Amino acid sequence: MLSKNEQELLNKISNVFSNINTPISIRLNGAQYERKVSDTINIITKKDKPGIDVFVKANAKGQTVQVPAIVSEGGIKDIVYNTFDIGENSEVEIIAGCGICNESSDNTEHDGTHEIIVRKNAKVKYIEKHIGIGHGHGKRILSPSTVVEVMEGGFIEMDTTQIKGVDDAVRETIVYLHDNAKAIIKEKIMSAENQKAVSKVKVFLEGENSSAQVISKSVSRDNSHLSFFTEMTGKNKCKGHIQCDSIIMDNARVESTPKISAMDSQAELIHEAAIGRIESDQLTKLMTLGIEQNDAEKIIIDSFLK
Amino acid sequence: MSILEVKNLTVNKPDAKEDILNNVSLSFEKKKIYIITGPNGGGKSTFAKSIMGMMPAASGQILVNGKDITSLDIVGRSKAKIGYAFQTPVKLKGISVKSLLDLAKTSNSHITARQALRMVGLCPEDYFDRNLDDSFSGGELKRIEIASILVRDLDIAIFDEPEAGIDLWSFQRLVETFNNLREATDTCIIIISHQERIMRFADEVIVIDKGHVTKQESNDEFLSKIPDSTYCCRRKNAPDGGKSC
Repeated sequence: MLSKNEQELLNKISNVFSNINTPISIRLNGAQYERKVSDTINIITKKDKPGIDVFVKANAKGQTVQVPAIVSEGGIKDIVYNTFDIGENSEVEIIAGCGICNESSDNTEHDGTHEIIVRKNAKVKYIEKHIGIGHGHGKRILSPSTVVEVMEGGFIEMDTTQIKGVDDAVRETIVYLHDNAKAIIKEKIMSAENQKAVSKVKVFLEGENSSAQVISKSVSRDNSHLSFFTEMTGKNKCKGHIQCDSIIMDNARVESTPKISAMDSQAELIHEAAIGRIESDQLTKLMTLGIEQNDAEKIIIDSFLK
Repeated sequence: MSILEVKNLTVNKPDAKEDILNNVSLSFEKKKIYIITGPNGGGKSTFAKSIMGMMPAASGQILVNGKDITSLDIVGRSKAKIGYAFQTPVKLKGISVKSLLDLAKTSNSHITARQALRMVGLCPEDYFDRNLDDSFSGGELKRIEIASILVRDLDIAIFDEPEAGIDLWSFQRLVETFNNLREATDTCIIIISHQERIMRFADEVIVIDKGHVTKQESNDEFLSKIPDSTYCCRRKNAPDGGKSC
């Protein structure tokens, strides 16, 4: 039986309660909690290390698989390796993510390594949410790592969100794109208090006519510290675009380091990075509508991250 | 009784040698349209912003319905039923047109978000779900800005150069909107404008120049004194009575 906190976290990072008929693998405090498979999506426990292998059959359409992890006991360091093998011509949505509830004085950590293989002409939407709750003095630490390989004509859209409450996070995403493959990587991070977050995204445009777009949005407030390292390498005729926008508030620190490298004369790569405060005109406009300053800030931040 | 009374209002910038507004006194009545005009940099927008609480008064008093609101901040003045449509609309990125109008709408306003958009010549179905970003033209943003004021139940509605960037067809609709607002509500409408066509609908024209009120008179009086070379035949006392316009 899940506790109230565990249910709350699951609700925030997945749709397991509203979409109960989808294949599911719920990990709770480092152990398998619940699993459900379907005719087209199979989930098998790894034999050599903790984690699962998820297989999506070729030509499977409109499928969703949910693999949330919850860590609710203090002092746990949960390490998991999940592999997703997405069959040719299939279309699938993967809902991942981790919620930590730490009510203890010990650190609680979840390190999830995901490997996603998107086979020929397959389409994947990957949604990953991370959140921390609890009133313990122990840190809530998340270090997700995702390696994606998109085969010829394949497509992946990654939507990753770190909402709040995570004290330390190092997120690493590496994407390899083959001929005519495409990736859209959207990242949203909000940090507050004394939290630290580092995000490293590396995209390798290996194949001809491959393309990638990285959109990173962040809000850093209080004394928090955010660092972004976004790197895109074009090794063929390809197109790539990096956009990193950050709102900085209070005494926060934000570093954004976009890097583009072309190894082919037909590679077209662009990067844009901006860090700035909330525009005072935006606040003023909302205040002229009778909205108090704190509420106006929240509206602007939520809209920016939306 | 005046709905808005401004007494000896002085507004300045810390490092400026001269006051932006110097000892300005004006009174405004409900159900009337006032045009504030004058040369660029004369203090018109500063006057409007100081009524909305966006620029603090160095001295003087602002009274709404007899109540001193000089010490109220922007939110307080908004709650005192004052509204201000920005001269340069703010791009609230990520916020949809419908969300903005929902945020702006007051519960007792009779004008819905849909109606307000139609009043400024925009089709709700085409605009509601669009985000207020760079995809809009300046004229579209301006009309949405005006709509965000129309959905509010206001005692005092201030429009800062509402005609700027708006095409002629929409301009005519805008003038009708102000006129209808005056007819249908008790709102005191203050418009900062250089457009004679708006002045023709006004009850009074006020000229602010170099931080001072230099004129306050009825539109007939004001328009009759404008030199021919300034506004050509649109004047009511032009040889053809303005019919050729």
